[in-house]
Amino acid sequence: MKNNQVVKIDASGIFYRELNAKLREVVSDGVQKIELCNIYGQRYIGTDLDKPVEIEIFGTPGNDLGAFMDGPKITVHGNAQDGCGNTMNNGEIIVHGHAGDITGLSARGGKIFIRDNVGYRAGIHMKEYQDRKPVVVIGGTAQDFLGEYMAGGVLILLGLNLKKGECHKANFIGTGMHSGVIYMRGNVQDFQLGKEVGVAELDEKDGLVLKELVSEFASHFGYAAEEILKHKFAKLFPLHLRPYGRLYAY
Amino acid sequence: MKTYLPSRFIIERDPSRCIQCKVCVNQCTFDVHYYDAEDDEVRSHEENCVGCHRCVIFCPTNALTVRRNPLDYRENYNWRPEVIEDIIKQSETGGVLLTGMGNDKGYPIYWDHLLLNASQVTNPSIDPLREPMELTTYLGQKPDRVEIEPSSLSLKTQLAPQVKLDTPIMFAAMSYGAVSINVHKSLARAAAGAGTLWNTGEGGLHPELYKYGNNTVAQVASGRFGVHPEYLDVARVIEIKIGQGAKPGIGGHLPGEKVSAEVSATRMIPEGTDALSPAPQHDIYSIEDLAQLVYALKEATNYTKPIAVKIAAVHNSAAIASGMVRAGADIIVLDGLRGGTGATPKIIRDNVGIPIELALASVDTRLRQEGIRNQASIVISGGIRNSGDVAKAIALGADAVYIGTAALVALGCTLCQQCHTGKCAWGICTSNPALTKRVNPDIGARRLTNLLRGWSLELKDILGGMGINAIESLRGNRLQLRGIGLTDTELEILGVKMAGS
Repeated sequence: MKNNQVVKIDASGIFYRELNAKLREVVSDGVQKIELCNIYGQRYIGTDLDKPVEIEIFGTPGNDLGAFMDGPKITVHGNAQDGCGNTMNNGEIIVHGHAGDITGLSARGGKIFIRDNVGYRAGIHMKEYQDRKPVVVIGGTAQDFLGEYMAGGVLILLGLNLKKGECHKANFIGTGMHSGVIYMRGNVQDFQLGKEVGVAELDEKDGLVLKELVSEFASHFGYAAEEILKHKFAKLFPLHLRPYGRLYAY
Repeated sequence: MKTYLPSRFIIERDPSRCIQCKVCVNQCTFDVHYYDAEDDEVRSHEENCVGCHRCVIFCPTNALTVRRNPLDYRENYNWRPEVIEDIIKQSETGGVLLTGMGNDKGYPIYWDHLLLNASQVTNPSIDPLREPMELTTYLGQKPDRVEIEPSSLSLKTQLAPQVKLDTPIMFAAMSYGAVSINVHKSLARAAAGAGTLWNTGEGGLHPELYKYGNNTVAQVASGRFGVHPEYLDVARVIEIKIGQGAKPGIGGHLPGEKVSAEVSATRMIPEGTDALSPAPQHDIYSIEDLAQLVYALKEATNYTKPIAVKIAAVHNSAAIASGMVRAGADIIVLDGLRGGTGATPKIIRDNVGIPIELALASVDTRLRQEGIRNQASIVISGGIRNSGDVAKAIALGADAVYIGTAALVALGCTLCQQCHTGKCAWGICTSNPALTKRVNPDIGARRLTNLLRGWSLELKDILGGMGINAIESLRGNRLQLRGIGLTDTELEILGVKMAGS
């Protein structure tokens, strides 16, 4: 019975600790769909939930949305703040708006779709292991150090809101990257890339991955995937598995 | 390039004892000993010797002696042999000098300038052999006051999560990857047996060790290696690692060659890639941000376990510690100048940070002045060598100590400082499967348990001598300490009187 039930929680005036305790309680009752209204900066939403529940958020969730999260699907109708998907293990975060700094920091799995722009160091130190592969797709553009220290996963920057001929703004893209891949639509100058990344054309396999993820992105936000995919993409890849291996005297 | 580095050690093989059995050849991991089949003789490449004594201990006929190479440079207090040889090494490689273990320089060791008290006449000392003596320690936030329900005499105040230790000595963070799985097994078993905690370090927890979760401190560091919900759930305490005494302000690079299949599974990264721990945690740029991660972890574990925050002891530790407590840390961990590591730039290890004794005293003093000392336990590490150091640390204000180097010495380490090479002949600081077998977890756990037992018995002796029957009466009890050979400023910072006064 409860499986189909949508539980609505009005979060106005509720501190995050109470809100998250309430979420835990509702989820342990077996509820699978939750609507949170009037979210004004409450942190850590979805953090201690390890079931594949669906959470719709109306408002602006606070920092560390879905930090350490393991399974839920969160849709934000509004903007997300810093640390969205921090060290996430599994699940999905879909933001109909912007997200702040360190989106997807150290994520090990799951998917994050941001419709508009992200702040600094998005996708920093994402890592993959065997079948776990984090994905971050950003519809707009990003600030500096996108994909810094990246150790795995897929990061896609679409630049849909760039004007014709306009470059992405981020500098130091992929600095220290040593695994994983970044697909980028829209121009960047060479100096905007970190020393540790190379640029390549997409091969067939890249095309498949890109098509799948861009289609998913497009379906979340009502875009036409073919339109997005028509444009040329560049693939950024790590030049070395061990960027700092030659730094030391043994 | 011909190296200008002289051999550091000389190996003497007594021909009347050597039976050419080649044990030394097989035991050495630095390619020192070799068998010359033509002459039927075992010989040495002395220049490779690091002085780890593996061959000496395992030679069945005691035929080997390893000595310092007495090669004397002309006396020069400024240009000492180590300084000269470091320059030679860098001129031949152009790299950052790496080393292992803790700071080995001659900075003052304040433990050796602190003396403990004992009771004479005016209050009786206690004989711990026949009277109960309490070493039990509880780590975690303590309430400002407790309220009792008058009718039932039960506790009304809700306590923050507490961790009970049977002895105030825990095993310090040493990651799987830096040390071998058998070292982790030894530490985990010994901690479980002795009723104390061991610490995973930042490399995750091998699933085989989940059963020791109740005695495990799980570290969350900047690389977030192996940090996932099960890891957080299984641990007794979660420790956010900001810094470590051997490399304050520096991240970690576990070299790809140490990331074996097993290490990769626990760290959850691909085999053979470097495991890079960034210098800062990129979600923490301020005390407010630290609070955010502390509470993220409290949320992730539903407020069921204490969250510790570990920093290296640096110049403004006292102010930082105050911020850490206010950020919600239940335990603060201070790691001093002499704390060890599996790999660190030598220049950082030898020059950055402050001795733990001074950091501990200033942090404890500051938290007391601000009236927040009860809000967090203090755990210290970095150069604790024996139970005397433990007693002095507790009298200076620590709740408990971590031992890392001492624990490794119990397992065979001789402080040859080659941890960063991954070639540890004692099988401790390596992920080479053949070498890791040199630590047998059954024997390792026994050696560690013995060490904890010995120190705990000595602590009881020390307490008894002072006429104290519980370790908590020693905590922060600086009247039990006196300084010797210290300046007024040093005495003031340590908060102790001069011996004789």
